[in-house]
Amino acid sequence: MDYKDYYKLLAVERGASQDEIKRSYRKLARKYHPDVSKEPDAEARFKELAEAYAVLKNPEKRAAYDELGSNWQGGQEFKRPPDWGTGFEFSGSGFDGADAGAYSDFFETLFGQGDMGSQFRTGASQGFHARGEDHHAKVLIDLEDAYTGATRSITLRAPELDQSGHVLTRDRTLNVKIPKGVKQGQKIRLSGQGSPGHGDGNAGDLYLEIEFRRHRFYKPEGKDIYMDLPVTPWEAALGGTIKVPTPAGSVDLKIPAGATNSQKLRLKGRGIPGKPPGDFYVVISITVPAADSDAAKELYEKMREELPYNPRHHLEV
Amino acid sequence: MTKKILTGTLLDDQLHLSLIEISEACASRTEWVVELVDEGILEPLGVERDQWRFPGESLFRANTARRLQRDLGMNLAGVALAIDLLEEISVLRARLRSQELEK
Repeated sequence: MDYKDYYKLLAVERGASQDEIKRSYRKLARKYHPDVSKEPDAEARFKELAEAYAVLKNPEKRAAYDELGSNWQGGQEFKRPPDWGTGFEFSGSGFDGADAGAYSDFFETLFGQGDMGSQFRTGASQGFHARGEDHHAKVLIDLEDAYTGATRSITLRAPELDQSGHVLTRDRTLNVKIPKGVKQGQKIRLSGQGSPGHGDGNAGDLYLEIEFRRHRFYKPEGKDIYMDLPVTPWEAALGGTIKVPTPAGSVDLKIPAGATNSQKLRLKGRGIPGKPPGDFYVVISITVPAADSDAAKELYEKMREELPYNPRHHLEV
Repeated sequence: MTKKILTGTLLDDQLHLSLIEISEACASRTEWVVELVDEGILEPLGVERDQWRFPGESLFRANTARRLQRDLGMNLAGVALAIDLLEEISVLRARLRSQELEK
């Protein structure tokens, strides 16, 4: 087990006042809170901060922690000194929050773990019940899966308690049904699939957030799908019927004569299924062929001579 | 090897939760959920409390509110503002992502 330098984690000196500790915690907590932060390791960092603060904000726990001495380094192999902790009496249980099981082995060795294996008299130790932690994970699916529904297997690394109350991390694989009609960012709640509860507490829930794998040409926006459709200048000018892919299969799309660049054509109800279903939008993108052959050059020159067209008349020069 | 397939609840606007259901799902007292409604963080359908129906995404907002309040010591007005801003940022990020894709 590694020693944890709670002062270093909270970026304060050992002699810091309770106010300084609180200020530093609040500042770092805002930076690393998993609901707010985009730092890649935010969740792990926040857990460490919460643990450090749980100890240092409580004068009794802080005194007991200080008693270990200042010669330890963060990450150093730690064994609890045999005479440590005598004469300290903690008010309240080792845990303050509802999210029991969130703290490290180091914390549990020092301050016990709820009503399990604590050598301290903890006021709330009798009948310690807490609901297990909720878990959050992202599940990556293809856009096509939202049209048909799918089953995805996801692997989660979850902390579990063994019989002697130690925390082990264990990989667990779940097969989860992805319902038809899901959208980017939506959440699926699997009740009771989070951390087990403590005492008579219920297990937490697992929340899965839907994320679409990036598609080469479909762009989902809510329940609607957008796709750029390259067309030739003559298809745009004269109109025509073009074969267009959609996640539910290809369709023949009628381009109106005189279509303009960025014009949106709506295929009603061909977005993500639902009540009502989303729409599929085709965005016209006119592409101009290169004048890379004599024949092409000749055609362009003919247009220049015979087609009176000034796209810049609104610039008034 | 066959494994059980789990079916969860999709938190969308087709799902409606009662005040009791949403309180249980976020392990909180109903009074606290009522405070979220008073602050405008949750917007249930229906007038009387026992007829309130919360759209599915309310559960996620309530859980976020609970964590922000507990971990950052925010009051509910601050939580309401933070949640609004976080949602706006996530819309802007999604838009940015799709623009980057175009390039």
